[in-house]
Amino acid sequence: MEKKIRILIAKPGLDGHDRGAKFVARALRDAGYEIIYTGIRQTPEQIVASAIQEDVDFLGMSILSGAHNVLFKKVMDILKKEDAEDITVFGGGVIPEDDIPYLKSLGIKEIFTPGTSSEKIIEFIENNASKE
Amino acid sequence: MKKQYEDLVKKLIDKYPERQKEFITGSSEEVERLYTPEDTIDIDYDKDIGYPGLYPYTRGVQPTMYRGRLWTMRQYAGFGTAEESNRRYKYLLSQGQTGLSIAFDLCTQIGYDSDDPMSAGEVGKVGVAIDSLEDMEILFDGIPLDKVSTSMTINAPAAIILAMYIAVAEKQGVTPDKLKGTIQNDILKEYIARGTYIFPPKPSMRLITNIFEYCSKNVPYWNTISVSGYHIREAGSTAAEEIAFTLADGIAYVQAAIDTGLEVDNFAPRISFFFNAHNDLFEEVAKFRAARRLWARIMKDRFDAKNPKSQMLRFHIQTAGSTLTAQQPDNNISRVTIQALAAVLGGTQSLHTNSRDEALALPTEDSVRIALRTQQILGYESGVTNTADPLAGSYFVEKMTRDIEKQAEEYIQRIDELGGMVEAIEKGYVQKQIQDSAYKYQKQIERNERIIVGLNKFITKGEKPKNLLKVDEKVELLQVEKLHKVKADRDMKKVHESLEKIREISRTEGNLLPVFLEAVKTYATLGEICNVLREEFGEYEEQLVL
Repeated sequence: MEKKIRILIAKPGLDGHDRGAKFVARALRDAGYEIIYTGIRQTPEQIVASAIQEDVDFLGMSILSGAHNVLFKKVMDILKKEDAEDITVFGGGVIPEDDIPYLKSLGIKEIFTPGTSSEKIIEFIENNASKE
Repeated sequence: MKKQYEDLVKKLIDKYPERQKEFITGSSEEVERLYTPEDTIDIDYDKDIGYPGLYPYTRGVQPTMYRGRLWTMRQYAGFGTAEESNRRYKYLLSQGQTGLSIAFDLCTQIGYDSDDPMSAGEVGKVGVAIDSLEDMEILFDGIPLDKVSTSMTINAPAAIILAMYIAVAEKQGVTPDKLKGTIQNDILKEYIARGTYIFPPKPSMRLITNIFEYCSKNVPYWNTISVSGYHIREAGSTAAEEIAFTLADGIAYVQAAIDTGLEVDNFAPRISFFFNAHNDLFEEVAKFRAARRLWARIMKDRFDAKNPKSQMLRFHIQTAGSTLTAQQPDNNISRVTIQALAAVLGGTQSLHTNSRDEALALPTEDSVRIALRTQQILGYESGVTNTADPLAGSYFVEKMTRDIEKQAEEYIQRIDELGGMVEAIEKGYVQKQIQDSAYKYQKQIERNERIIVGLNKFITKGEKPKNLLKVDEKVELLQVEKLHKVKADRDMKKVHESLEKIREISRTEGNLLPVFLEAVKTYATLGEICNVLREEFGEYEEQLVL
């Protein structure tokens, strides 16, 4: 049997806006993936530790407070340090268009902004999982 | 007549079917083709609807409503440093805004100083950063605190921020009995939906009742709590869930205060509420009317409150941020107008209208002005303010008011059976209900069963939003620098003594407000005070429900 794709959905930083993160988590779970959800207010260290411990293929992070440039970078730095760069990272939330090139330069594969359908995220997962 | 109408409809829809099989509200409640006196037959005018300013307040809490005075136009604002926010407040006041509403950054809301590792990246982002009394002094510089009313969105550390406000007023020569305003101070909805909790429920409830007690004696015109459904709705609840869970939170606070020995009519008149105004106009109006009636009955029947002010549900409304689209952001002006209209037809006491660009960033000054002007147009041009509760007597609205009230009553009963709101939260019941509703709503959008203009219909390609407000990353450095200067300039002995006093009182049944007041005056920081309390009270762990 094929191994189920494992995805960690995480909320770095202090914002409690988890409606989007929880919707994505549930929609991906309904689509047949193995989903682990961290809950809100996680530090970058905690998130990377969970990602490694849960042996996930993807890490999806959501921030709505505007702290994405700082916190996504921290997560990417720690992933590198922990030699866990094989995990495919994507992000979402209230993220201005102008910040996206910078976030992608950190190694984040995709940024999903408000209005994205779950179908589009599933498509992204499928496209990036097939390489393994 | 009725038979004739039904035959007519049947003939018509055989030939021309209606646009949809089913018509539903924003909360997925089915709506009939037509409402008639039959739908309101069991509603008694005097008992259930009544008159504005009289029990059960279905039609409003003021006898003359907006003929006497319009609602308070109060835009929630704050970002970056205290200096920048102070400038925005002065601008808003100069544009005819009538009250202030302070947005704090998340570090402040969770009781971390700006130099705490937990604060990295968040300083000044969603509101203003407050570390010590000095920041509060700058924030209200040149704003006479005996003249404005100030609403502050602060919950877990509400008692400490209130102490800072009292201390700033004192420096301006304003005594606490002259202060008017509101602290949100509603921890239960933080556990349910908003997320800025610090301590577990028990010590958190104690902080809240400490505030009730302190203010009833010293700050008599202060609204000591704003029990909030806003964030519950934003998290995806239905209209009925919004008022049910909010009033159930209210019940928990009133009960907690009574349990500590307070007299209901001494503190209940200062309890205020905060709701959401969503897109479905009639459903929202019905919701506000149902909430007023239900709270009046709860206060009278459950808590035996005698003072009419204890029975009156007074509330602030904010339009629904979650309905704003990042696509074609100017369309949001229309959404906000409909939502604000619902708030006014629902008899709100104060209102925040969201700005068009808030699905993308914090609003620019231009966007905020349009949002404020929307309120002014409703207030001065639309004519909807000329008579109290103009939708009363509509078969549809009265029926829906009663239906929402009934639904909410059922939820409250279920929460009672679970042992009250704290237990219902700890069991994840409330969170699960909200999440299920949110999931259902979002799926309707994804399946195009619910149309959102510009998002899943009438899409335009390739337009880029312009002129977004960006909080300068330098704010964090500036704020940390300022904090270190404050810390270097204080009398450390006094700071330590005041912090130890807080520790001491926290272990007793005593009221913490006086020692908070003492501590903030020594420029002990918010983070230092909260850390003492963290050590004494512990921290709340999220109930994960998915």
